[in-house]
Amino acid sequence: MLILPLNYSGLPPTMSDQLLLLLAVSLPFAGAIGIMLCDRQPNLREAVTLSTAAAVCAIVITVYSRFHHGASLALDIAEPLPGLAIRFEVESLGMLFALVASSLWLITSIYAIGYMRGHHELNQTRFYALFAVAIGTTLGVAFAGNLLTLFLCYEILTISTYPLVAHAGTDEARRGARTYVGILLTTSIALLLLAILITYTVAGSLDFREGGILAGKLDPAWAGLLYALFIFGIGKAAVMPFHRWLPAAMVAPTPVSALLHAVAVVKAGVFTVLKVTIYIFGTDFITNSGANDWLIWFAGGTILLASLVAMTKDNLKLRLAYSTISQLSYVVLGALLATNTSLLGGALHISMHAFAKITLFFAAGAILVAANKTEVSDMGGLGRAMPITFGAFLIGSLSIIGLPPFGGMWSKWYLGLGTVEAGQWLLLSVLLASSLLNIAYLLPVPVRGFFGTARDGTTYTRIKEAPLSCLLAMIVTSLACLALFFYPDPFYELALKASGGK
Amino acid sequence: MIEQNLSLLLVVIPLLAAPVTAMLPAGRLPWLLTLIVTWTCLVIAGWQLSVVIDGSVISYELGGWAPPWGIEYRIDAMNAFVALILSGIAAITLPYALRTVEKDIPRHQTSFFYALFLLCLVGLLGIAQTGDVFNLFVFLEISSLSSYVLIAMGVQRRALTAAFQYLIMGTIGATFLLIGIGLVYAETGTLNMVDLNLRLHPILDHRTVHTGFAFIVVGIALKLALFPLHLWLPNAYKYAPSVISVFLAATATKVAVYIMLRMVFGVFSNDFVRITPTDHMFLLLGVFGVILASVAAIYQTDVKRLLAYSSVAQVSYMVLGMGLASVLGITATLVHVFNHALMKGALFMACGALVYRVGSSQFDNLNGLGRQMPWTFSAIFIAGLSLIGIPGTAGFISKWYFMLAALEQQSWLIALVILLGSLLAVVYMWKIVEVMFLRPASDTVASVKEAPVSLLIPMWVLVIANIYFGFNTELTVNVADSAAKLLGVAAYHE
Repeated sequence: MLILPLNYSGLPPTMSDQLLLLLAVSLPFAGAIGIMLCDRQPNLREAVTLSTAAAVCAIVITVYSRFHHGASLALDIAEPLPGLAIRFEVESLGMLFALVASSLWLITSIYAIGYMRGHHELNQTRFYALFAVAIGTTLGVAFAGNLLTLFLCYEILTISTYPLVAHAGTDEARRGARTYVGILLTTSIALLLLAILITYTVAGSLDFREGGILAGKLDPAWAGLLYALFIFGIGKAAVMPFHRWLPAAMVAPTPVSALLHAVAVVKAGVFTVLKVTIYIFGTDFITNSGANDWLIWFAGGTILLASLVAMTKDNLKLRLAYSTISQLSYVVLGALLATNTSLLGGALHISMHAFAKITLFFAAGAILVAANKTEVSDMGGLGRAMPITFGAFLIGSLSIIGLPPFGGMWSKWYLGLGTVEAGQWLLLSVLLASSLLNIAYLLPVPVRGFFGTARDGTTYTRIKEAPLSCLLAMIVTSLACLALFFYPDPFYELALKASGGK
Repeated sequence: MIEQNLSLLLVVIPLLAAPVTAMLPAGRLPWLLTLIVTWTCLVIAGWQLSVVIDGSVISYELGGWAPPWGIEYRIDAMNAFVALILSGIAAITLPYALRTVEKDIPRHQTSFFYALFLLCLVGLLGIAQTGDVFNLFVFLEISSLSSYVLIAMGVQRRALTAAFQYLIMGTIGATFLLIGIGLVYAETGTLNMVDLNLRLHPILDHRTVHTGFAFIVVGIALKLALFPLHLWLPNAYKYAPSVISVFLAATATKVAVYIMLRMVFGVFSNDFVRITPTDHMFLLLGVFGVILASVAAIYQTDVKRLLAYSSVAQVSYMVLGMGLASVLGITATLVHVFNHALMKGALFMACGALVYRVGSSQFDNLNGLGRQMPWTFSAIFIAGLSLIGIPGTAGFISKWYFMLAALEQQSWLIALVILLGSLLAVVYMWKIVEVMFLRPASDTVASVKEAPVSLLIPMWVLVIANIYFGFNTELTVNVADSAAKLLGVAAYHE
């Protein structure tokens, strides 16, 4: 659905580009209000969700086609601080992120309807409304035209997702949500805001510019420290030791985990890391000042350690959470290596990992709804009762591992090349080892499902597949994993442009 | 000519209206008159600010006696800014007052109550308008005396002790201020602020001047609830009638901040602050105030007391801004005076709405109330975000300027304290959020309805103002910046 003919033509020229951009960012908020107004009529409410999601997706694709044809889209909303505007502007990296987020929102909405009804969740109106707000702010992050706007949307994203994480209202949910919001707000206020302010004091600007704004203004000796403030301050990127919020957030309903903690929230984090690397520091400044010298080992360490922890987790969602932490650091590593190829790999990984990981979460949620099982060790033989779900899980796993013919291969390929380019052989071996670990913790799930037997030896006859809408969503995303191997072009081109490659 | 008279009218109108209100029959009539007076004041204050915003000064000679002999009202951007905040908060509080006063105050006392409210407003506005230090003292006493009585009119009997505590502390503060003014007068022979500034300049190293300065600063610090002189404040805010909590929390300490700025930087001078350890003292007390008061707020089990401690912490930010003693620092302080009035106004209004419905602001009685009173809860949530300093709210603008002012001087410690204060604010605001939103509702709460519309509208006007001034800072930052420059504070140079 993301594969567009390149001669796709945009909206009629009467509609200005600015309005288009404004619509992309604000329509989800309008949708949220619509959802709240339809509180009493669930069918109408879901119709609002779906039509808003479809409309936002269509608008983002239109923005893409305008952008692809060379239009420059920018929009100033307000100027809260002298010289610092709330500005939205489309550039290639943000375009990539927006395409991923908006298309997956549509798919997740379809999935969520089946899941929330099948699982008899309460407060569904609040759920759908805040979901829409979260996507709106994610698009705000994607299209942010300067660091201030990005920070604004980043914080609203944290706050609007808090009730989603706490959705169940149980003690466990309350604790999880507290960890979630505590770590994300603390890192963003104590480190990220400080980093932004230092950047502003030093550079006198917070604009995203090719080649960065810090070169020549910041003493290279301090660059490493400021860069570290950014990397750790962007808590959503979950670089260890600030990763605890991600597993804590797994108390949320599965669609939240799927979209927000495989796509929107976490990708907003690594996206910000990439933005800061490319447009605030600039790759040359990073390499010349050696700002990344010791930071890359935090990313490398997170990749390995999180994979190892994932192996110890029996709870499927927790295992996926640690897998996400590990995969996020791939993107962070791509940014930290600061070569064209590694940035290309990092940017590509945003989209490739999103499609694969959301498939896995969809499958985990489907297993919960249909069989009420959460632990991997309980899933023996379940695959024969739910072949589509476990088949989708298998495809998602293979894509995350990075095997052809799935999209995940491309990003890992370029990230690997990036380590070679930078001469970091040790990091290359970290990537390879992590791929092996991926196999070790992901593949047992479908293997056990298809070939294992249940603990008590029964065969599942009464368990059927999850509701149709859940299956549909899974099938679409696993097909997308496959399609992205053969046709990664839109994402590849955007990532290539962002990374400064030819 | 008309502009000068209007500046005087800002004080005279509520002053004349106060006895009239007291004589009106109890009921809604006194409220109506007070409402009209406050809105008139708001219009005048707004107009006054529009005149002086370009840096000009309005000077009015009381009784035609030329300054420095007669009393002069001297309005520059800072006075007008403070007067606008005061009358704005008063005007927005009055619609809120109608229902809560009917509940909190016995009917036969309502005329008296509104008369006192007007007197309190007269005192605060007078402080903002006057250019004469003795006149300032008089207005300070008018506002203080009326607020002691207003606090004592709280529903619970403990309001009396709270008011008495405040009376003792406030009187000591006022006495100190008077002694200080007396000493400075003995040295210079003048009471006019501009004149004082000129005459003090050559004798800034005199012992008497230093002693006078010390008395003045300590006296104001008491009214300001500057840590560690803040102990009167939590009880006063807690036991006062809801509407008085709102009004005092949003205005009283802010006016004290204004007096501090005017006396320290306007009457004495930036140089004086730098040659004495005043700036270091402000920084030290500010740092302790931000941290300790925020930590104290975390341990409260009553929303009103929690917010009161938070106010002490927020005032400490303003003191930090003064301690930085630069244009950016003073700008940050003044921006925060405005923004903090917005957020604390909204928070205390929401708190008053809780008390209106549940009869208590103890955490134990508020479990799960967020679902019963969604509008009030959302107001607390958004104003809380502003208090924390989340971008998109007015509080973020304040934090931004405080941080810029600290980073400009490479005061890393101060910068970290400001951020730490924000983090502590996350903790104490989140306590309220968890109680109201996540705890299961008890049976008594289940039948509670949302607060009446007359409470919700003023509350939400302030909530929306919190967001609006987070995006449009033309008024706040520009006025604060020009006021800071008018004070003669130099920009920071390394």
